[in-house]
Amino acid sequence: MIKVEGLSKRYARNLAVDNISFEVAKGEIVGFLGPNGAGKTTTMRILTCFLPPSSGKASVAGFDTLEQPMEVKRRIGYLPETPPLYPDMAVKEYLEFVGNLKGLPSKEIPRRVAEVMDRCAVADMSGRLIGKLSKGYRQRVGLAQAILHNPEVLILDEPTSGLDPKQISETRELISSLAGDHTIILSTHILSEIEHSCNKVIIISRGKVVATDTVKNLNSRMQGAEGVIVEVGAPSNVDAAQVRQLFEQMPGVSRVVMRESNEGRHSFEVEGLRDASVRGELARAVVHAGWDLTELRPQGFSLEDIFLELTASEKKSSEGVTVQ
Amino acid sequence: MRNTLTICTREVKSYFTSPIAYLLLTIVAVLFGYFLYIYTQFFVMRGMEMQMGGQNQPMNVNDMAIIPALNTASVIILFLIPMISMRLFAEENRQGTMELLMTSPVRDFEIVLGKWLGAMVMYASLLGVSMLGVALLFGYGTPDWKPIGAAYLGMLLQGGCLLAIGTFISTTTKNQIVAAGATFAVCLLLWVLDSVSQFQQAPWTKVIAYASVLSHLEPFLRGVIDTKDVIFYLTMIFLGLFLTTRSLESLRWRS
Repeated sequence: MIKVEGLSKRYARNLAVDNISFEVAKGEIVGFLGPNGAGKTTTMRILTCFLPPSSGKASVAGFDTLEQPMEVKRRIGYLPETPPLYPDMAVKEYLEFVGNLKGLPSKEIPRRVAEVMDRCAVADMSGRLIGKLSKGYRQRVGLAQAILHNPEVLILDEPTSGLDPKQISETRELISSLAGDHTIILSTHILSEIEHSCNKVIIISRGKVVATDTVKNLNSRMQGAEGVIVEVGAPSNVDAAQVRQLFEQMPGVSRVVMRESNEGRHSFEVEGLRDASVRGELARAVVHAGWDLTELRPQGFSLEDIFLELTASEKKSSEGVTVQ
Repeated sequence: MRNTLTICTREVKSYFTSPIAYLLLTIVAVLFGYFLYIYTQFFVMRGMEMQMGGQNQPMNVNDMAIIPALNTASVIILFLIPMISMRLFAEENRQGTMELLMTSPVRDFEIVLGKWLGAMVMYASLLGVSMLGVALLFGYGTPDWKPIGAAYLGMLLQGGCLLAIGTFISTTTKNQIVAAGATFAVCLLLWVLDSVSQFQQAPWTKVIAYASVLSHLEPFLRGVIDTKDVIFYLTMIFLGLFLTTRSLESLRWRS
């Protein structure tokens, strides 16, 4: 459905997107993951024909974004990072305007507008001026705008930003319910969002694709390791370095990072193998040394960790390529 | 066509849901009303003087009251043009709604034409307010409507030409104040260009004077619809809208 080949985008001096290629099959939900400034938005803007690529090709439903932009635009629903809303229009009026703009038959517009307002839970604000809505409502009006003409491809740039937890889960459900007949690309920097709604993840960093994988594989990649936060209360004659040394010597521990240390309380982040049951070992070791174990809690890996690891491993493999 | 109409309708609604339309309408109503009153009073005074002096020449309300008032109105409106055109694209750029327009199945020139037509409707309603004053005179006298019609056509064309330029300037910035300032400067320049030929006789001054929007309005105000002037305005409108379309395209490459 979506095919990107060797796409690059150069702004005056910096390369925002650097030779990326990926494919999205029909009906897939793909998460676009990466820190700010990685090139997510730029890639999306190229796919929606808002920006032309500097080199490379992108096509949607078989139509090239440069050569047949009208065909592409007709098949795409796009929610930019800031929803494109006119504050001086009422919700219903705005959606009708978008319907006309997207070329929906005039007869169908009232029905479609009512439908998407229901679906995005903005029906109760249909007569309200957009400028007076809260951020969550605006975001959902933006989403309603994107799905209004029932496009084959949905491109959503951070669809859940600015929503409260309840709205986030509702939006996720909405996105999942759109799967099947719609192909969806959504960008985010929240990992759990990808886990909930996407089949596939494309991780992008500094304009390059560093990993393309299914969510399942991504999870299992990280499953081998476990992070634990340990806080130790030790008498004043014991300093943090000693505690650290003890942890580092333990079997199964791969990394110890000091978080903070003051007045006999030392806090560490310990990383180790999951199956080595590092947590139990840690607790025993601390108690055995005669110190107080004041905190011990497992820490899930954040996107950052996965991201750092993936970028690190990417570096290694690219070095291998240069040897060839 | 439908896309252009959609954008135009939204634009007109947007003028009339914001205070800007009412501000402009009030300015025209008050200022034009004031000038029309002064000129009509002058006309009436002269009429009385002539009667008392025993002269009984016919007097022309068109030449003595309406046309001078419309001439003044064209100057007032010159000052209002930037206020109409400044928001057209600058506002879209600032709000991020440009992304909606440019990712919808709408051609660039359809967007431009829709925006410009929206501004023209706003401008035409300003002329409409001034017509109310003129219409009152029809109740008390028998002015000739044809030269008045010609004058209004000229003002409509002049406004269209300046608005096309203003639309172009509006695409180049996110800031409405900048758009308004630049548009005003260009309008004023185009307006005073013909004064260059007043003291100089060299051929180049004629070329420059020809580009003055004011010199092409004068025949209309005299009641003469000259193809030369109509073509001048239509060319300027086309040029302005063409530049706007190109500027919109370049927005894709620049941003």
